[in-house]
Amino acid sequence: MPRPLVALTDVTKIYASGDAEVRALDGVSLRIDEGECVAIMGASGSGKSTMMNLLGCLDRPTDGRYELAGRIVSEMSQRELAGVRNRFIGFVFQQFNLLSRTTALDNVALPLVYAGVGARERRERAAEALERVGLGARLHHHPNQLSGGQQQRVAIARAIVNDPKMILADEPTGALDTRTSVDVMRVFQDLWRSGITVVLVTHEPDIASYAARVVRMSDGHVVADSSQEPATAGAAR
Amino acid sequence: MNPLQAIPIAFTAIARNKLRALLTTLGIVIGVAAVIAMMAVGAGAKLELQQAFAAMGTNILVILPGSSNATGAVHLGYGSKPTLTWADLDAIKQVQTVRGVTPMLRSSMTLVAEEQNWTTMITGTTPVYFPIRDWPLARGSSFTDQDVEAAATSVVLGQTVVDNLFGRYVDPVGRTIRIKNMPFRVVGVASRKGQSSTGQDYDDAAFLPYTTFAQRLQGGLAKYLQGTILVQAASADATSRAEFDIRALLRDRHDLPPDREDDFSLRNLADIAGAEQQGTAAMTLLLASVAAISLVVGGIGIMNIMLVGVTERTREIGLRMALGAAPWDILAQFLAEAVALSVAGGLIGIASGIGIARWIASRLHWLTSVQPHVVVLAVGFSALVGVVFGVYPARKASRLDPIEALRFE
Repeated sequence: MPRPLVALTDVTKIYASGDAEVRALDGVSLRIDEGECVAIMGASGSGKSTMMNLLGCLDRPTDGRYELAGRIVSEMSQRELAGVRNRFIGFVFQQFNLLSRTTALDNVALPLVYAGVGARERRERAAEALERVGLGARLHHHPNQLSGGQQQRVAIARAIVNDPKMILADEPTGALDTRTSVDVMRVFQDLWRSGITVVLVTHEPDIASYAARVVRMSDGHVVADSSQEPATAGAAR
Repeated sequence: MNPLQAIPIAFTAIARNKLRALLTTLGIVIGVAAVIAMMAVGAGAKLELQQAFAAMGTNILVILPGSSNATGAVHLGYGSKPTLTWADLDAIKQVQTVRGVTPMLRSSMTLVAEEQNWTTMITGTTPVYFPIRDWPLARGSSFTDQDVEAAATSVVLGQTVVDNLFGRYVDPVGRTIRIKNMPFRVVGVASRKGQSSTGQDYDDAAFLPYTTFAQRLQGGLAKYLQGTILVQAASADATSRAEFDIRALLRDRHDLPPDREDDFSLRNLADIAGAEQQGTAAMTLLLASVAAISLVVGGIGIMNIMLVGVTERTREIGLRMALGAAPWDILAQFLAEAVALSVAGGLIGIASGIGIARWIASRLHWLTSVQPHVVVLAVGFSALVGVVFGVYPARKASRLDPIEALRFE
């Protein structure tokens, strides 16, 4: 019996937009078990971005309860949430968000700085993470010396360097061409097969097809939740 | 995060934009350099004054004939009319708060040795002149009270006079010099005292018994004392008391009614020294506060650039927050950056300030003194400027919403 990693119960998120209230999430309940690979799909305005922010502990729900790895994060302070993001979640963004004029190694080591890891161990673990995404030969390259696909793999290495429970990827291939996208999805699938929970937020059916489960959202509700046989992104590397 | 981690992060950020960092710190550099240089000049001036007044002797009063105040259109200067008598001098010796009294009769005359001659200021006085001026003899001894009694032709020379008449390394004690064609025996040489605050050479002087001076060089001892009286009070604390006592005594002896002003002038060297020191202290304070204002301006410059930096790096801040940076970590990062900038500016400023002080010393021949506590204060103050003007931008950065920050273009 797999253990639940994420448990959202009746979660509502309301934004004040001028005088009007926007219900970005309206009583959503969702459970994601450890080791799953889930794609969250929906058009813009469907609430998938809000979902991603809540799952990533970047935001707190207006109402309802969010449990992550047995901790009730919906009631935590900003400071505590920062710790949860650091230890349990690895973010991958559409625009990579690497620090310019900073080596791949230092970019990947960044979460370990906030985890309080010493300098030598940071370098060792960052180098390991870069090996794992196939960039062992590019440790001291700066982002502007790397291709888009390589940059996104540096970002993935950064996401896994602190051994998170869950990788949260927001349109991870949105800035990449088709061929590179397949390469990047292969990295995600490898990570998933090695036991990490992967959550993809996307509006592209192609990308969602690599997941084992698809959650569809619309108007702040979950409208469909189905399992599927994941597409294969080819053999590793 | 370990709070010390903020320091390497801050340095990396500064290193990414070296020129901007340099320009940002310029205000602090100029401010600190100005404060250090001004304080060095001020401290040097104070030191110079202290040395000058220490050279004059302690708890000293000078009595001059003639009034000190200009009451009408015509003002007669000091010594324009003799009003002090030899009897006055003897009376002052009896005042309780007075330790020593000696007359000073002065005139510029030419001294002739075997091969050289030299014109200097000759003072007719008594042996107590040297202890009152706190001026020991380097060679030989002073003329004695018996010499004064007998109007002996003994003379004590200053070092400058010795240098010019005999040469620097010659011991002139026992040699004979001539003044107005009369032979005088050199009995002693006064130790080197240096220059006064106005650049006058104390060592360019010669001293005789006042009796000899009055009878042989001035044309006889009269009732009136053709010079000034030097008084040493019993102690520094007794100086103003002695001044009061002497004034009362002389007014009484000169039969001055209460509505008449003094027909003599009493000067207290401690008062003059104090007034001059207050003057330099006020000037130093004024210059230093002008310099301090530029420190504040420098701080505003840092705040301005830090605010620009926070806006430019909004996405970076959002990213760091997503990766686990707590608000405090972001605050520490930006605060460390502001303090690093201002302290670096402070250090460069100290180096430049010391350089400027040295330049002033060598170029203008002013005494300057860079005091350690001023340097420590300057570093502390520039760090404080960094904290004060860094807090607002750092707080602004730490309060960003990570979602908004990540979306920022």
